[in-house]
Amino acid sequence: MKKENLLTQRINEAVRRGRKALIPFVPAGFPSKDAFWDIILELDDSGADIIEIGVPFSDPVADGPIVESASIRCLEQGVSLSWIMSELLKYREKLRAGIVLMGYYNPFLQYGLRRLSTEAEKAGVNGLIIPDLILEEVRPHLELFGDFHLSFTPLVGLNTSKERMREYSGISPAFVYLVSVLGITGTRASADRLLRAKLAEVKEAFDCPVALGFGLSSRAQLDPIADLVDAVVFGSALIEHLDSGRKASEFMKAWK
Amino acid sequence: MRKGYFGEFGGQFVPELLVPPLTELEKAMQDIMDGPQFRKELDQLFSEFVGRPTPICRCANLSRDLGFDLWLKREDLAHTGAHKINNTVGQGLLARYMGKKCLLAETGAGQHGVATATAAAVLGLECIVFMGALDVKRQSHNVRRMELLGAKVEPVQSGTRTLKDAINAALRYWIGHQQDTHYCLGSAVGPHPFPLLVRKLQSVIGREARSQFMEKTGRLPDYVVACVGGGSNAVGIFHPFARDPHVNLVGVEAGGEGTPGCHHSATLCRGSFGVLHGTRTYLLQTEEGQIMPSHSVAPGLDYPGVGPEHAHLKESGRATYEVIYDQQALEAFYLLSGREGIIPALESSHALAWVIARKNRIKPESMVLVNLSGRGDKDLDIVREIEAQ
Ligand SMILES: Cc1ncc(COP(=O)(O)O)c(C=O)c1O
Repeated sequence: MKKENLLTQRINEAVRRGRKALIPFVPAGFPSKDAFWDIILELDDSGADIIEIGVPFSDPVADGPIVESASIRCLEQGVSLSWIMSELLKYREKLRAGIVLMGYYNPFLQYGLRRLSTEAEKAGVNGLIIPDLILEEVRPHLELFGDFHLSFTPLVGLNTSKERMREYSGISPAFVYLVSVLGITGTRASADRLLRAKLAEVKEAFDCPVALGFGLSSRAQLDPIADLVDAVVFGSALIEHLDSGRKASEFMKAWK
Repeated sequence: MRKGYFGEFGGQFVPELLVPPLTELEKAMQDIMDGPQFRKELDQLFSEFVGRPTPICRCANLSRDLGFDLWLKREDLAHTGAHKINNTVGQGLLARYMGKKCLLAETGAGQHGVATATAAAVLGLECIVFMGALDVKRQSHNVRRMELLGAKVEPVQSGTRTLKDAINAALRYWIGHQQDTHYCLGSAVGPHPFPLLVRKLQSVIGREARSQFMEKTGRLPDYVVACVGGGSNAVGIFHPFARDPHVNLVGVEAGGEGTPGCHHSATLCRGSFGVLHGTRTYLLQTEEGQIMPSHSVAPGLDYPGVGPEHAHLKESGRATYEVIYDQQALEAFYLLSGREGIIPALESSHALAWVIARKNRIKPESMVLVNLSGRGDKDLDIVREIEAQ
C-alpha cells in the first residue's frame, strides 16, 4: 500500500485523540516578513496539525476581503514564491505540522510547475491547494505533483453534486475541503440541516478525512455538525486576530 | 480540441463553486439559444430596441485624403451608443429564459454597466453592477445613468479599485447568488462558456457588415479593423470573416502614453502567457505572475487581459494585432469628428488611428472596414481634461 500522506496522518491522529484537526491559514509574510515565521512556529507549537501557507496573489477571486487585503499587504512587502521556498527550507525541520501551500494558479504557472514541485518537496511541503484549478484543469498536472509527493486537495461546495465529488475522490486526495459558505439563506436551523446533508454526502463520496472551512469564527458553529467533520480551517478570523496584535497561541487555545 | 479551448487558450480556471452555474449556462446556450422562439425574440429586440441593423457607411472625405476606401460599421448608432448592448440584451434574454431574476455585471468606465442596466430594465430583471471605487469617482455620469435605469451600483474598494477588481468582486458575488442571478460578463473574456457566448451575440456585427459590404461594393473588404480591449467588438466583426482568407483581420491594442515603462493595455503585443479571470490567455503581469495595472486614454480598453480567442487568432496567424498610442487615438478622434461628422469613442479611435498610421502601406483601391464600436460623447470629459493640460 502507498504510504499515507503526512496530511492524512496528522488529521487522523487528531481524530483518534477525540478532537478536530486544526488547520490555520496565514498568507506568507503576514503581518510582516519578520513576524511571519515566528507566528508559524507558534501555531505549530500550540497544536496546529496542518499549516496552510498562502502564496499571495494580486487577484484572489476565491477569497473574501480580509484575505485579499492581507495578501496585497504581503505583496507590497515583496513576498514572492522564491522567498517562501527558501525560508521554508530553513524552518521546516522545526515544524511538526503538515504543510500545505495554498495559492492561485498564475503565480505557480509563472514559477514553473516542475520547479514548484521540485522545490516544494525539498522544502517539505506535503500538499497544494489551488482554488482556481478545477478537476479538468488540474488533471494534466497530477502525475507531476504525485512524483514529488504533493497531494492536491480539492475544494468542494454546498453546490457540488455527488457525481462530481466521486470524480474528485478518484484522484485520492490526502483530505478534502468543504467550503461552507455559499450565500446560505434562511434560518440558522435550515442552514445547519443543509450543511449536515452536504457533509454526509462528502463523507460518503470520499475515503479521506474531511475539513470544513471559510467563515469559521467560533467553536459553537461546529456543534451541530461536529460528528461529520475531521478538521477545521481558519483564515479570516485568524488574520483579524493577528492583525489586532494578539498572539497566535491565544487563538489556537480557543479551538483546542 | 479540448472543450472550452481555442487552441491552447481558454478553459475554466475558476473555483469549483462556479462550475455548477457555468455548466448551467453552457447547457442553456445549447438548449435555448438556437431555438426558434429565442431567435425570434432576440431579433425583435435587436431591431426594435437596439436599432439593428446598424448601417455601414463610406467616409467620403477621408477616403479622398487617404487614397483608399474607408468604411465604418456604425455600432455607435446602436442604443446606448456602443456595441455592448448586443451582448447584454442577448445575455439578459437568455437569463430570463433560464428563470434568473437578476443580472450581475462588472464595469470599468461604465459602458457595459449602462448596457446591462438597460437590458435589465427592458427585460424586467433586477440589476447589480460592481464598479471599482476609483472608476465610480471618475465616471459619476455613468453611475447616474445606471441608477436611473434602476440598477444598484456597488463600489469595489479592493485591489487597484478598477475594472479587474470589479470582475473579481462580481465573480465572488456570483458564487453566493448563482441560484437567481446571471453574470452578464461584458467582453469575450472569462471562463468557458463566456468567450463563446459573447462571440455568438456580437457576431451580429460581422454578419451584418459582411452582407452589407457585399451588397454595396460587390466584394469583401481587404481589411477589417477593430480595437481590442477584452475583444468583444473585434471578435464580433472578425468571426464572420474568419473563413474569407483574403480579408486581413487587424486588432488594435492600446499602447497608453507610449513613454518607456508606462502602463498600457497592449496585452497581446506586449504581454505574456498566463491565467486571469478564469481563462488562459495573454496578460500584463510581473515575472512572479502578479497582475499589473493597465492604462489607456480609452477607458474601455483599460484591461490587463484579453479574450482567449484573440490569443489563438494571433498564434494561428489568422489575425494580426498592433499597438496605437493615446496621442494617435486622440488625433483620429478629432479627425473623424471634424471631417466626417462622427464623434467616435476613444476606443474605436484606436482602430481608426491604425488605418491612418498605415495609410502609405495600404494599396490604393483597397477597401478598409473599421468597426466603429461606439460614439464618443462619453469621452468629452477625458478629452477636455487632456486639452486643459
Ligand atoms: C465603445 C467601446 N469600444 C470598445 C470597447 C472595448 O471592449 P471590447 O474589446 O470587448 O470590444 C469598449 C468597452 O467598454 C467600448 O465601450
